[in-house]
Amino acid sequence: MSASSVGQATRPSAGPPREYRFPRFERRVLDNGLTLIVAPVTKLPLATVVMVIDAGATADPIGGEGIAMLTAQLLAEGTARITSGTELTERFERLGAAIEAQATWDAASVRMTVMTDRLDAALPLFAEVVTTPTFPAREVGRLRAERLAELLQQRAEPRGLADEMFERFTYDPTSRYARPDGGGDASVRAITRDDIAGFHERRYRPGGATLIVAGDVRIGEIEQLAAASFGTWTGERPSVALTSDAPARGARAVHLVAKEDAPQSELRIGHPGVPRSHPDYFGIVVMNAVLGGLFSSRINLNLREVHGYTYGAFSEFDWRRPGPFVVSTAVKSDVTEPAAREVLREIDRIRDEEIGDAERSLATSYLDGVFPIRYETTAAIASALASLVVYSLPDDYFDTYRAKIRAVTGADVLDAARTHLRPEALQIVVVGDPRVVEEPLGQLGAGPVTVYDATGVEPAADRRSK
Amino acid sequence: MHIPIETHRLENGLFVTLSEDHTAPIVAVNLWYHVGSANERAGRTGFAHLFEHMLFQGSAHVGANEHFELIQRAGGTLNGSTWLDRTNYFETVPSNQLAIALWLEADRMGHLLPAMTQQNLDTQRDVVKNERRWSVDNQPYGTWWEKLPALAFPSEHPFHHSLIGSMEDLSAASLEDVAGFFRTFYTPDNAVLSIAGDFDPAEARALVARYFGPIPRGDARPPLPPMDVPPRFGTTLRAVVEDDVMLPRLFLAFRSPPFGTREYYAASVCSAVLGLRKGSRLHRALVRERQVAAEAHAFTFDLTKGSDLLVIDATARPEVDAEALERAVVEEVDRLMAHGVTPEEVDRAIALIQTELVAAMQSAGDRADKLSMFATYFGEPRLVNGQLDRYREVSAARVNALARERLGPDNRAFLSYVPRQGTPGELELAGSAETVE
Repeated sequence: MSASSVGQATRPSAGPPREYRFPRFERRVLDNGLTLIVAPVTKLPLATVVMVIDAGATADPIGGEGIAMLTAQLLAEGTARITSGTELTERFERLGAAIEAQATWDAASVRMTVMTDRLDAALPLFAEVVTTPTFPAREVGRLRAERLAELLQQRAEPRGLADEMFERFTYDPTSRYARPDGGGDASVRAITRDDIAGFHERRYRPGGATLIVAGDVRIGEIEQLAAASFGTWTGERPSVALTSDAPARGARAVHLVAKEDAPQSELRIGHPGVPRSHPDYFGIVVMNAVLGGLFSSRINLNLREVHGYTYGAFSEFDWRRPGPFVVSTAVKSDVTEPAAREVLREIDRIRDEEIGDAERSLATSYLDGVFPIRYETTAAIASALASLVVYSLPDDYFDTYRAKIRAVTGADVLDAARTHLRPEALQIVVVGDPRVVEEPLGQLGAGPVTVYDATGVEPAADRRSK
Repeated sequence: MHIPIETHRLENGLFVTLSEDHTAPIVAVNLWYHVGSANERAGRTGFAHLFEHMLFQGSAHVGANEHFELIQRAGGTLNGSTWLDRTNYFETVPSNQLAIALWLEADRMGHLLPAMTQQNLDTQRDVVKNERRWSVDNQPYGTWWEKLPALAFPSEHPFHHSLIGSMEDLSAASLEDVAGFFRTFYTPDNAVLSIAGDFDPAEARALVARYFGPIPRGDARPPLPPMDVPPRFGTTLRAVVEDDVMLPRLFLAFRSPPFGTREYYAASVCSAVLGLRKGSRLHRALVRERQVAAEAHAFTFDLTKGSDLLVIDATARPEVDAEALERAVVEEVDRLMAHGVTPEEVDRAIALIQTELVAAMQSAGDRADKLSMFATYFGEPRLVNGQLDRYREVSAARVNALARERLGPDNRAFLSYVPRQGTPGELELAGSAETVE
């Protein structure tokens, strides 16, 4: 060691932390029932506007999967006043605002970020899109065809295919979650303009919607602007749309989706999880961070840094009402079975014995410290407020988050692992080359291996046995 | 929008930029080393990126992967990335943790080699090979990243070869290569350090001097081979790739003025008029009106050396073949050259770009990265404050002059992806989905 590195040998310690508070926000309810949440953030002259509407994919009617997504995407394709989607798009974009509308499982959302001096012009346009879309037949046909093209593309895209197949093989066929949130080929082909207009009529209502504005704004001004823009919109809150998350099967099984000659296998290992509102939320979050949520988690260090099997491996609880627990990774084809074995081993291990203080404190101090870093942008703040609305979290949720994370103990983590990880129920989904991975996967001891083609259809036995 | 910036240089040549913002207790540390895949020698493609992975394998006072653990324990985020002509490393941490982030970066800049072992190199080689499989080989159209620069730059040009590297070259990389690359390029006089966010400038300067000051200056790094290329290809270039894809996709590249030049901003606006968001020409004509494309975009690579590339990418609708897609794209390019763009189209493009430029200044990490970029490429981080003005100076006439000069048939490179023979097509799909189980 050189003389110059002696000072270097002493690791610096942290100074006293500075206080941080999640941006203050205020809530108002307009006369028509529309809830308004405004979070003033004065750093830059920007505002993000998010409308969340209780019109997510779980509200799709049976056989009409894809209606929620198409409805959201079609909002900005023509309104009663501006009938041309082209002109509507240009009006937004000449204000520097790109409007994005989509449906997740639990809500539809329409969002834009705009310079605050253009908010007065952009918000009335935004309101038109949400409240008076006309769904021109030509645009319905076009966006339906674009969704079909996307589904076709997915057959050759291993990551998206693995995600979709995991849900298909994990949830009972009667669950909405067993089919893609944007709908499958057959259901999308059958969607009509009337389906879309009817869905909008039933679900896009001020009583079931919240307008969130985060940025360099004041609540009084936003309230006036919102009242003027949305005042004529009417409708009660629709019933909350829930779907069953019943599992497809009670025992472990291996589902191999064939992608001939694939140099890697996309792996998804998991089972139905818990709802976002679950009281064990904080214990589960810390447990998942240790298991596979962080770079320094057990699963990533094992698969990537010890074995070099993968570029990365992680686990998550997909927080919706309710979503799955799933481990995701992509590994070199010839190590598919040992990689899956290591994942199963790590899931067992975190249920077997309590984690040490070093591991627990790594996870809790990360989640505690990173909290302010998550909310640096108006878009991130608005999205956080949207999740508060969609999952009915308490208004002090952000102010109490860090203390609740810090309070999680090793015993809480063990309890979360034993309660919410169910090794016997894991579904193992692999998108990979059957010639390389099928036989080894049979040795995994995780149930029978069934081989499917890229549409998720089980091929004939003779094709499988080659 | 104007962010405060101050700069100084240590005696060992390290250029330091500081930008205070006390709106949240967050601080970002960002280091750019002026080295990328362009600096690799023959037979070692992918080495700059493999080396980036090695920088997380520890240094004299830090264990393998401990960098990640220490920053995450501090409540921070971190990563690194490799590009054609630079490599960056960055952390965003709570502001009371600035010292640990600086100390970690200094330890690997000053004392990397004692931690390098054959075992770590072998593991990271496997990790990087899996990164290649994941992002390139097992991803539809994934090879465009290496095939487009290979088509657009001549074989002896430093931007021609693959950034992620070939499997053979990755296998050949040795510990001696690691040591040589480190001594040559990872020196304070070949780096820029930026700190943005909530810090005390005097304290930050003292920490930087303490941790980075003792690191010796490098021997002058070897110059890059000549980077200059003619402003146009001189002909139409073509490559067709059969891939495991369902739909044809076209990448059409034009040589365009390097990032930072006056004419770059006209090219950037031109690409935005053509293909930034749904109000752009390509989306409007090909996706919305003619419905020959499922999606269409245009963008610039933002290269600063030799030549930039303006790139269009468009993906066919299922019933449209590669030739029809190409004809439709070329018609739009020809139309733009022949009739020009309107002031309204320029206004739309600049309005969108303005929102993006301002939004990108919200996070400390993005700010620090931009400061490092302008300091590395132009020696002047304050250029970040002048970007919007340079865009606002762009007129329709300047976009049209740029288009006439650069979008013609003598400056077009077509990289066309087509479904491989035998790839299951639409017929096989029809009627199959949603009939599961």
